[in-house]
Amino acid sequence: MILTVAGLSFRYNGQRILEEVEFRVNRHEILAILGPNGVGKTTLLRCINTLLRPQAGRILLDDQDLLSIGRDEVARLLAYVPQRGETGPILAFDAILLGRRPHIGWDVRREDIQKVQAIIDQLHIGHLALRPINSMSGGELQKVLIARALVQEPGLLLLDEPTSSLDLKNQVEILAFLRMIVRAHSLTAILTMHDINQAIRFADRFLFLKEGMVYAAGTREIITPELIREVYGLPVTIAEVNGMPVVVPGLDQLHPPETSLPAE
Amino acid sequence: MHLDVNILHEPEEYLRYVRRKGLFLIGAGLVLVLLFLVALAIGSSFIPLPEVIAAFLSPSGEHVSTIVLNIRLPRVLSAVIAGAGLAAAGVVMQSVLRNPLSSPYTLGVSHAAAFGAAFAITVLGAGSISHLVSDSMVVRNPCLVTICAFFGAMLATAGLLLVAKYRSSRPEVMILVGVALAALFTAGTTFLQYFSSADQIAAIVFWTFGDVGRSTWSDLLLMVVIVLPSLGYFFFTRWDYNAIDAGDETAHTLGVNVERVRTLAMLLSSLITAVVVSFLGIIGFIGLVSPHMMRRVVGCDQRYLLPASCIAGGILLLGADMVARLIIAPAVLPVGVLTAFLGAPLFLYLLIGRNVV
Repeated sequence: MILTVAGLSFRYNGQRILEEVEFRVNRHEILAILGPNGVGKTTLLRCINTLLRPQAGRILLDDQDLLSIGRDEVARLLAYVPQRGETGPILAFDAILLGRRPHIGWDVRREDIQKVQAIIDQLHIGHLALRPINSMSGGELQKVLIARALVQEPGLLLLDEPTSSLDLKNQVEILAFLRMIVRAHSLTAILTMHDINQAIRFADRFLFLKEGMVYAAGTREIITPELIREVYGLPVTIAEVNGMPVVVPGLDQLHPPETSLPAE
Repeated sequence: MHLDVNILHEPEEYLRYVRRKGLFLIGAGLVLVLLFLVALAIGSSFIPLPEVIAAFLSPSGEHVSTIVLNIRLPRVLSAVIAGAGLAAAGVVMQSVLRNPLSSPYTLGVSHAAAFGAAFAITVLGAGSISHLVSDSMVVRNPCLVTICAFFGAMLATAGLLLVAKYRSSRPEVMILVGVALAALFTAGTTFLQYFSSADQIAAIVFWTFGDVGRSTWSDLLLMVVIVLPSLGYFFFTRWDYNAIDAGDETAHTLGVNVERVRTLAMLLSSLITAVVVSFLGIIGFIGLVSPHMMRRVVGCDQRYLLPASCIAGGILLLGADMVARLIIAPAVLPVGVLTAFLGAPLFLYLLIGRNVV
């Protein structure tokens, strides 16, 4: 599915959070929303999942305006993976089955159970299926939450900081996993991220927010030291490691020049 | 996205797990039915089970049949319905407020309902102690009492919902609001008592001891009419509670209107509380303990937790009432006194013990 966001503005208590946000993501693509803390990344995600109602703008999924359809319909079009789900002693299987909620009438059907099993098989998380999710590690839980989103059979997948609480190995695993399913199921995915380098490795498009506005959007080519300095307020150099650009914070920032002490 | 359901294998182990839950529910239901029959059999005169069943099958108007159908049956049915209703209210409140300490009793809703009832009895003159039937309180106008109890319960619920919406729904805040509401409405009831006649004070005090033996067939009918459809609604929306348990934002993206489900659940829980309190008085602990007991046995999934809690609530209140009838026989203790005596140790034991299924 193609997501087109046009002229989206959101105010909260009269304060401008997002202003005239415009971008577009194609099928099979992962878009990373980047920018410093408090710039409105999560707010933008919440506008797209219709939890927040923007004062102006349109959010089109193919030709359908998400802001003008009911929440049941939205739930069949997009799925959302929260940064940290509430966890109780619920089996992973049941937690994933919850993703069928928009499709469930009076009760789960055999087909729903089979779809859950299918997704568990595809994601190779059979060993987690009968474990309660409150006993899982961050990486395991993240996979279960992604499985729940997938079993919802959406066209658009939204993820809020999917790697923020994970160690390096799990970060890479989750993102590789995500890229694999986006390609395999012709999904569109949007995620917010802090780690620019992980984003460069796994995302196809990038959206840099600054002061609630789109500062830059595009493919990897747009990422330059100037851009990062403007958006994050930090001088950086971009090196190349194994053919991948790597953003390195400016050294002078990490080691401020020593002030010369007055001679005794 | 398309999911291929031509899968290699059925989730055997999961299906076994689901069957186990189903069997547990059936087993618990059978225990309730058995207890129901035993409760009809015991009392000041013991009636053997076959005769109890015979009284059901062919109501003859004889002595035994009269005891079973007219004296014991309303009491036993009240216990089951009130127990199930309070337990369901507890389970649903715990879910939508995301707070394990929620129940009609701990959030002050019961006290508010009792205040409403006391208001009806004293100010509106809806009831007084009758000296004709010993230990029994006669309400001249049960509808008025119920309506006032409901308004009281609604006041408390509105307070809770407003704080949750505009300030914070953190567990400690909700419980503090509950404590404040309980204190406020208890003070209100005390205020009413201060200006009441001796008879009215006796009526109110007697009122606050929850007792399932008070209800008449017409009370029972009103309880059934309110409690059963509410339970039906709760069960129908069980997936919404599961979704809310997973977080408000997740619930929203699963198509759940969180605000509406929360408000409706609180309103119906208050309605159940109000109708139970106005006919039976304050019965604490059932709404808090039953869901927690069952959570440790069947887990947090509302598909099982909701029915299991209702059954457990029915069993608990019925069991407590049986003990209340026997412990100082031939006198009968109000069951509200006993629910805490039975519930508290059981609750502690379950908290310390391990999960069962």
